[in-house]
Amino acid sequence: MNTPEAPRHEETPWSLWEVFVRSSRGLSHVHAGSLHAPDAAMALRNARDLYTRRNEGVSIWVVPAEAISSSDPDSKGSFFESPQGKDYRHATYYTKSEGVKHL
Amino acid sequence: MSAPETPATDSKAEFAIDGHGDISVGVSGAGASGDGSASATRITPGNALRPEDIALEIRRGQVSPSQDAAELALRIGDDALILAQRLGHWISRAPELEEDVALGNIALDQLGHARSFLTYAGAAWGKSEDDLAYFRREPEFRSAHLFEQPNGDFAVTIARQFVVSYYQFELYRRLTESTDATIAAISAKAVKEVDYHRDHSAQWVLRLAGGTEESRARMIQGFHLVWPYVDELFEDDELTARLAASGAAVEPSSLRADFDRLTGEVLVEAGLEIPNVPQALGGGRRGKHSEFLGYILAEMQVLAREHPGASW
Repeated sequence: MNTPEAPRHEETPWSLWEVFVRSSRGLSHVHAGSLHAPDAAMALRNARDLYTRRNEGVSIWVVPAEAISSSDPDSKGSFFESPQGKDYRHATYYTKSEGVKHL
Repeated sequence: MSAPETPATDSKAEFAIDGHGDISVGVSGAGASGDGSASATRITPGNALRPEDIALEIRRGQVSPSQDAAELALRIGDDALILAQRLGHWISRAPELEEDVALGNIALDQLGHARSFLTYAGAAWGKSEDDLAYFRREPEFRSAHLFEQPNGDFAVTIARQFVVSYYQFELYRRLTESTDATIAAISAKAVKEVDYHRDHSAQWVLRLAGGTEESRARMIQGFHLVWPYVDELFEDDELTARLAASGAAVEPSSLRADFDRLTGEVLVEAGLEIPNVPQALGGGRRGKHSEFLGYILAEMQVLAREHPGASW
């Protein structure tokens, strides 16, 4: 950071984008991967080249990676496993009432 | 192409190029499971016209180009082949990995078009696409000079690609109505791919011209270097006159107005002017090439000439 010159390319890499591809009508967009691009329009084009080259999709979303807040993989236990032992959260926990036929 | 009736996707060691200009890394026959579906990147050709289909039709005697149509296919195929070789040089050298892939895809699209046109052209002389690509000498190539121009920096490559793809788009768009059914079919497939090439290069022209002082200066310089080779693309001659008269093709000069209008729109948006530069002599269609083609051919042909009959 002691250079007075304009930032070189290596110091200002393209920003990171997350790519979501919808494989066909009626399905939801699914995360396909990430890529670098200078802006959203180029991110869409790069996504097309990287993730839909074999007819994978009918629609692409790109989202700046920094716009995504994600859960912390290290706190997986407390975050996702607390429902364990709480069987009553599942329908199968309950016994079927007599006389109810099509449950 | 020497194994008749064998689908090209079978177990040959190869980089197979599919209809979408895609790479599928095949597995060598020895030791590989014979079933081509073992590869996760197996080609799904769909309904797209492939060079293998054209070769099959030629062997069955279902299609055969007129001498003039073959000459035209040779010109168009050579343009695409030489450009593909030029663009392939960018792989691993582009500004970012993503751009490696974009330019690589465009190169493969061009190679796909070249394969189809050269396969078709070769039918007139009993030659395969490989014969034409690897066993012709420099004066026998019919590509225009623009296609063999050096890559330069990224902006020069973008300038060249911008001119090429707007020219090719107009050409293929008109050739979809060719009375020659094979030329029309190859063009119908190619025009969709080239439409994307237009978009890719136009996006970059806008960004480089509107970027930093440095990128803008380089974009201007790129057009300055490329523009002397534009006129050659739109030159008519006796062959194109005969083809136009028969409805098999259009005169290249008739593409110019649309080319000027559409490229002009992008240049205006980018705040660029058409460079005021004298036009180069041209002559590629007559086999007179610049000093650059020989080096491309040497690199492209060395393996095939060193090991005649090798398949890959």
